Amino acid sequence: MNVPNDRRYVDSHEWIRPESDGTVTIGITDHAQAALGDLVYVELPKPGRKVALNEACAVVESVKAASDVYSPLAGEIVASNDTLTAKPEAVNEDAYAAWLFRLRPDDAAAVAGLLDAAAYSKLIAEA
Amino acid sequence: MSKATVLNRLHRAAGARMVDFGGWQMPVSYGSQIDEHHAVRRDAGMFDVSHMRAVDVRGEPSTPRDLLRYALANNVDKLKTPGRALYSCLLRGDGGVLDDLIAYFMREDWFRLVVNAATTDKDLAWLSGLVRERAPQVSLQPRDDLAMIAVQGPQARAKTWGAIAGSEAVTAPLAPFTAATMTSADFGELFVARTGYTGEDGFEITVPAVHAEALWSALADQGVTRCGLGARDTLRLEAGMNLYGQDMDERVSPLESGLGWTVDLASPRDFSGKAALAAAKPLRRLAGLLLCDEGGVLRAHQCVYTDSGAGEVTSGTWAPTLERSIALARVPAEVAAGTMVEVEVRGKRLAARVVKPPFVRHGVALVS
Repeated sequence: MNVPNDRRYVDSHEWIRPESDGTVTIGITDHAQAALGDLVYVELPKPGRKVALNEACAVVESVKAASDVYSPLAGEIVASNDTLTAKPEAVNEDAYAAWLFRLRPDDAAAVAGLLDAAAYSKLIAEA
Repeated sequence: MSKATVLNRLHRAAGARMVDFGGWQMPVSYGSQIDEHHAVRRDAGMFDVSHMRAVDVRGEPSTPRDLLRYALANNVDKLKTPGRALYSCLLRGDGGVLDDLIAYFMREDWFRLVVNAATTDKDLAWLSGLVRERAPQVSLQPRDDLAMIAVQGPQARAKTWGAIAGSEAVTAPLAPFTAATMTSADFGELFVARTGYTGEDGFEITVPAVHAEALWSALADQGVTRCGLGARDTLRLEAGMNLYGQDMDERVSPLESGLGWTVDLASPRDFSGKAALAAAKPLRRLAGLLLCDEGGVLRAHQCVYTDSGAGEVTSGTWAPTLERSIALARVPAEVAAGTMVEVEVRGKRLAARVVKPPFVRHGVALVS
């Protein structure tokens, strides 16, 4: 399973990529999109919204099921990928390119405490 | 531990994502379930349905028919020509739906029933009780030695003929909802029915388990797309067909599950559950819903709000052919087609319109 080294992960299957401006970009992993199957609906948080750690702040629905996306960090939403609303299948096509939202973390150092690619690979191999 | 069909190895080799369904490990999809759905609507797809069980009902001429005349809610006397099939419910005495099935009349000493996976044991226990009470000379034989492959889509028949030498001569004359048996040099004794669960043309082929892998591979070689339960669910829902355990079960009358057309209350014939159904007026009905608002996908167990009271979605999905969300829902009986209702989707109320299923037949959208 594809797990890039340039970002961090959490056990609820979101990926977190630190950006040079201090924000982080968040999406769902390839493992998550494969488990969900074809996505048909995406609901994203609005910029300016404050989210708590592990707060459900986006929804992805596949043909099979609806799934909440949890914020892996506390902070403020600064952008959301609205192109997905018309093309949710982009997440199936490339889950690491089709980001969901961008957030400015309250604690920039918290990113370093998340799973790295090796730890996440191990987690999904055991699941 | 769930059971594996004889095609399990081939499903895994083809990269299928497997799930438990009715106690069986079954493929949910081999990649994109939407692509599999379109393959069936536009070309040809195949499904392993070997988890379903063929049950042969045999006995002295007329005794199988006499048993089924009482056991089935639909009337087997509609089956006059060998090979004819009938969709029917199996009802308890109180009218609850034990299962839905297809009954094939092959000869006066042989009917074949095809029942659902999760209900096989329950059905056999129930039918065995009826046999003991009413027809002790009739035998019920569950055919664990057979596998089943459904080939569905506008090109399904032609591709089947390409895969099974000699099958065209036997099965081209089959009208919809009829079956024939044949001996294939490659695949043994086959039972080929022009039936299905997708709203498309095609066959359901019963094959000796020992030849199932070879037949599956021969169909794949003809360009028939492997399809899993995911596509099967979106196809059957677009076709307005019920799923047992979801759209109907033992707790609900068939008259409140969209199955009134299969229940023969008019003829003088008595059958299991008849008195209970005749005594109770249906207060609810199964209707189709088309989601009109953006904001999510209709799913089972969502609450439906109507001017006549509340209802519940029994099956809901994204419909790939219609590119919108559809559902079957049990609503108050007076809620008519055309009525606007609201469905609670993840805390929001979204507008939906009541329609009469099916939503799609033979690749054509019937609702908009």
